[in-house]
Amino acid sequence: MGEAAAKPTQTFRTGTAGRAPGAIAAIACVMLLALALLPVVAGRNLIQDMIFLFYMLALAQCWNLLAGYAGLISVGQQAFVGLGGYLLFALTLLGGIDPLLAIPLAGLVSALFALPTAFIVFRLRGAYFAIGTWVVAEVYRLVFAQFKPLGGGTGMSLTPSITSSVPGIEWVKALLNVRTPAARDLISYWAALALMVGTLGFVYLVLRSRRGLALGAIRDHEGAAAGLGVDIYRVKLAVYVATAAMTGMIGALIYLQKARISPDAAFSVTDWTAYVVFIVVIGGIGTIEGPVVGAVIFYLLQRYLADFGASYLILLGTLGIVVMLFAPKGLWGLITERYDLALFPTRRRLVIPPRAEIARRVDFPK
Amino acid sequence: MTGWLDALIQGVLLGGLYALFAAGLSLMFGVMRLVNLAHGDIIVLAAFAILVVAGKLGLDPFVAVALAAPILFVIGFALQHVLLNRTLGRDLLPPLLVTFGLSIIIQNGLLQIFSADSQRLRSGAIETASIPLGGGIAIGVVPLLTLLSAIAVIVVLNMIFYRTPIGRAFRATSDDLEVAELMGIDISRIFATAMGLAFVVIAIAALYLGLRANFDPTIGPARLLYAFEAVIIGGLGSFWGTLAGGVVLGLAQTIGARIDPEWQILAGHLAFLVVLALRPRGLFPRAQD
Repeated sequence: MGEAAAKPTQTFRTGTAGRAPGAIAAIACVMLLALALLPVVAGRNLIQDMIFLFYMLALAQCWNLLAGYAGLISVGQQAFVGLGGYLLFALTLLGGIDPLLAIPLAGLVSALFALPTAFIVFRLRGAYFAIGTWVVAEVYRLVFAQFKPLGGGTGMSLTPSITSSVPGIEWVKALLNVRTPAARDLISYWAALALMVGTLGFVYLVLRSRRGLALGAIRDHEGAAAGLGVDIYRVKLAVYVATAAMTGMIGALIYLQKARISPDAAFSVTDWTAYVVFIVVIGGIGTIEGPVVGAVIFYLLQRYLADFGASYLILLGTLGIVVMLFAPKGLWGLITERYDLALFPTRRRLVIPPRAEIARRVDFPK
Repeated sequence: MTGWLDALIQGVLLGGLYALFAAGLSLMFGVMRLVNLAHGDIIVLAAFAILVVAGKLGLDPFVAVALAAPILFVIGFALQHVLLNRTLGRDLLPPLLVTFGLSIIIQNGLLQIFSADSQRLRSGAIETASIPLGGGIAIGVVPLLTLLSAIAVIVVLNMIFYRTPIGRAFRATSDDLEVAELMGIDISRIFATAMGLAFVVIAIAALYLGLRANFDPTIGPARLLYAFEAVIIGGLGSFWGTLAGGVVLGLAQTIGARIDPEWQILAGHLAFLVVLALRPRGLFPRAQD
């Protein structure tokens, strides 16, 4: 029995596809088409609710990528929501730029702001990082409160000439026979849908890529990932800047829709971080499906219970704590424990060749 | 010139208040590595507790705090024992998110019970009393007491940490959790005791918070940030560093306010970011980490 013969010559491959990716992709396409055509039948209230659902879901995906995968638990993402919102106001009101063009520009500038921000907050590790990001968000809020051309501490509104200059608005008015405010909502609806799908698609593609494998490794064990050659700092920086860009774009869209901005609202920790954290934790952190489930639940709670004010927030806080203690993987975690399900398959699975092939390729010792 | 000197003196005195906010947080960081996002809201909760005890029994806040402190010790002990001990482990997320949830619950619970109205602790003439230093500068008795209390709290905490059996247990668990456990230390009781102690420090901080200015249920998160900044500026693991961090923060805020009143808070945050950029381990880090 020679040395060479004892070594199995088989090589293994891994793949990311789930069990029925084709069927799920088909369902996703049908759902997307249905959502895109929803304005034809839906009333204005439903459209506004859906815009809210879409941008909360997009924010949740961003936070999930940060906290669930890169281990960057930020409680300061309101910095980029507010920054995006203010950039939209600055670009349209002061710069005279088209509002829809201002959204991606706001994302780009947010990313530029994220770089020096990262330089400072990345000096804090783990839990300290969380409070550091909060301080940075406060700095952004206080600076914009000092900036008089954008309304200072009291904030300001978009002029009607800007809100009704959104491209395509005349076309929507003619096509669906609606008035200007409703047409404005529809443009925001499609933009929100596009941003939500874009964020979801981006997160999905990133997680299926090589970078995503590194991210999953960081999520599971940072030390082990570093040992295997993952450049932790670079991966984290890339995720931080990318999510800042996306969060900035979402912020720009939110404030195009609201048409009124003030520092306290735009940099609100409750609205843009507490709710988002709640969505991700309830749904299931560290999965793409979790935030989707969480966003739908949050939307229902918000719709039926938000009028209770303080009690509603107490309920949200309690629910979050209970889930964190007793079902840390969230609702989606409870579902996947029972059924082997993946709507967005990102897990690597071992591809096992057919038996005959194994027999042919593995050179068993005689 | 007098104005600047006054700003410096007031800054140091304000630093005493921030050091008091920070001492409890520093204790939690030090013993159980807990980053408590509800810290600021717990300070506000304690201020309301003193307000209620003082109001119901018709006591002076200085007496009321002595009555409220044991109650707060028990609350802190129970909170750590029942809730927070379950969250501690290798994963960072559970303690952060549970204390974030607590912050929202406390804030909105206080809003529900006490409404958003501003409150203040009343202690008669001492509130406005001041000691003239000459040259048009005077220092308030309450701010001076705040700084002296902060120093006293830090002296006592250092004595507990370095002179008592429980302090030895605190240091042992802080240095190496598993070995401490092997040596027969009941981690969960030690953590709960540390939290109880932190709550007593919080009670003292809350007393001066309420005496020096108005408070309402929403001001907690800002106090958390000041406390955190003081701890990081001073360097993790040292109570005297925390006092120095509080003073640096207080000075930055009063100097900022002297330039433009609207810059007070911003100047404090910027000082923190500058220290973080230049000396990420703080001004007075403990020798070994």
